[in-house]
Amino acid sequence: MAGKTLFEKIWEKHVVKIIDNGPSVFYIDTHFIHEVTSPQAFNGLNKRGLKVFRPQQTVATADHNVPTIDQHLPIKEELSRLQVEALIKNCAEHGVELYGLGHPFQGIVHVIGPELGITQPGNTIVCGDSHTSTHGAFGAIAFGIGTSEVEMVLATQCLLQSKPKLMRINVEGVLKNGVVSKDIVLYILSKISASGATGFAVEFAGSAITSLSMEARMTICNMSIEMGARCGMIAPDEKTFEYIRWREFAPQAEAWDENLVQWKQLYSDSDASFDSEHHFNAADIQPMITYGTNPGMGIGIDEKIPTKESINDTDKSGLEKSLAYMGFEQNTPIKGQKIDYVFIGSCTNSRIEDLRMVAGFVKGKKKANGVEVWIVPGSKQVEAQAIEEGIDKVFEEAGFILRQPGCSACLGMNEDKIPAGKYCISTSNRNFEGRQGAGARTLLASPLTAASAAITGVITDVRELLN
Amino acid sequence: MGKAKLSIVQSGFVPINIENIDTDQIIPARFLKATTKEGFGKNLFRDWRYENDDEAKPKADFPLNQSQFSGEILVAGKNFGCGSSREHAAWSILDHGFRVVVSSFFADIFKNNALNNGVLPVQVSEGFLQKIFEQSNVTELIVDVEKQTIKIGSLEEFEEGFDINTYKKTCLLNGYDDIDYLLNLKNEIEDFEIEKAF
Repeated sequence: MAGKTLFEKIWEKHVVKIIDNGPSVFYIDTHFIHEVTSPQAFNGLNKRGLKVFRPQQTVATADHNVPTIDQHLPIKEELSRLQVEALIKNCAEHGVELYGLGHPFQGIVHVIGPELGITQPGNTIVCGDSHTSTHGAFGAIAFGIGTSEVEMVLATQCLLQSKPKLMRINVEGVLKNGVVSKDIVLYILSKISASGATGFAVEFAGSAITSLSMEARMTICNMSIEMGARCGMIAPDEKTFEYIRWREFAPQAEAWDENLVQWKQLYSDSDASFDSEHHFNAADIQPMITYGTNPGMGIGIDEKIPTKESINDTDKSGLEKSLAYMGFEQNTPIKGQKIDYVFIGSCTNSRIEDLRMVAGFVKGKKKANGVEVWIVPGSKQVEAQAIEEGIDKVFEEAGFILRQPGCSACLGMNEDKIPAGKYCISTSNRNFEGRQGAGARTLLASPLTAASAAITGVITDVRELLN
Repeated sequence: MGKAKLSIVQSGFVPINIENIDTDQIIPARFLKATTKEGFGKNLFRDWRYENDDEAKPKADFPLNQSQFSGEILVAGKNFGCGSSREHAAWSILDHGFRVVVSSFFADIFKNNALNNGVLPVQVSEGFLQKIFEQSNVTELIVDVEKQTIKIGSLEEFEEGFDINTYKKTCLLNGYDDIDYLLNLKNEIEDFEIEKAF
């Protein structure tokens, strides 16, 4: 009998029932909810007179729509306030734990889940947010769902799911200086495109992946949705177990030992088969930056913006449309492009390791004139840790503004918007038209590349500043 | 609590010949602050539809603003609905009056969200999609859920089949919800939990 993949091992343990010629009834261990995609689901439950089926397996936070300054004050924007109040009311009525504004555990849902030890290997995890794929870094099946599905999970702790095809993306070798996990995932995206993994569950593997920290692995799994993947995952190892060990909701005492035995079985067997496989070499990756309006439109920092002739995408008109929006020309260098805003934050890159990386790099440097730099920590715990380590002082001296936790300018739902026509180098995950504000122009990059642009005021090869 | 049933849709169509249309284009994040599902249609494709976010200034070159295009079918380029999981995208499409979206490729989460709202995503070949884009505005498309076929009205020979799993097809034809189905399985779910020692 052929071996099993990591995905299959977890999937099979969570199938309640298979419907003939249809999907499977799939059991969900952990359900994260937030203020934006849950109110209509609670309305649905209330209309049916139902209560949340397993409130202990449901965890809520307020992140998408919250201000990132003066969080101790009432939310000024009325609709945002009403949405956050609806979450408070719904959680109270249904007995769901809420880490809302003011709570020491509040933060971006995909930052706090792992940080609190709620995210664990072998689990099935969903949330009404596409970046739920982040949690796959712990060897979990984790994916984003719509609000109807949020309602289904609230009501039954189950979803109807068809088993996706399986893909493995192998990255072998050692990363060059100045190249970090964000560059790996932007590189993969530039090779396989923004729809290259649609319909697949993706496992990331290889020595360049296993050598990464948990935070760095999360960055990669986070952006698997940008390839269209149903989920992204990495087999758990000693680093994973070490990360979870003493966290708030990690299993304790005998439960820890029992879990560990199970978790150590979570890897793809050597004879397991995948429907598709890609191989990349870490040494080929340079600091990456996007030039267009989907995350697959990335290039090495030294490269020129492609031409219609040089891209092999079918969507040649898409290139022109993207470049017109971005105000860029084909066949021109991206290095040296002036930027107006720097956003370091989001569920992709707002963890303490990201802030440490940026602080280590900017220490003793000052931001360029005319550039606005926003650092938005992923959670209250990240914020507290940054202050404890004096990172806030480094940012202050550099002229960076450390804000309070939330999704912020990643999606521009709150007041943190980039003005029309302005260029923002961003550590977030999407460079779609208008994503950071109507007319805003987003260039996705790693925290290091974003920080180097903050110092010089233009798109810069971080390696030139490191040497 | 079922949805409106869907069996045959014969209608004109609105063509948006752009690939990788993400859900931020379908409904920008600033419109996600509502706590109900209604009323999103007026903000469908908001920033492609209006100059400077001004409803008094529709962009003349955007198909949704062109009177020759109308109907219950939206036709769009490859990889439609990528990006955010916001179901508001499906709600805005439905609220605008579309019951079918045709493309050569759909993003997974959007596809589920659409089906959960009784909006049918019809995946066709790239060639067939281009054939639709070549049609004049008087053409009707005929989508038959039972037969799983899509036809270009004026061209009898242009017909293509599409995939949909039997379960979802039954749901669409009868207006069933997944949630009703799952609620009926409560006992089995509880048994499963005990067996797995949750």
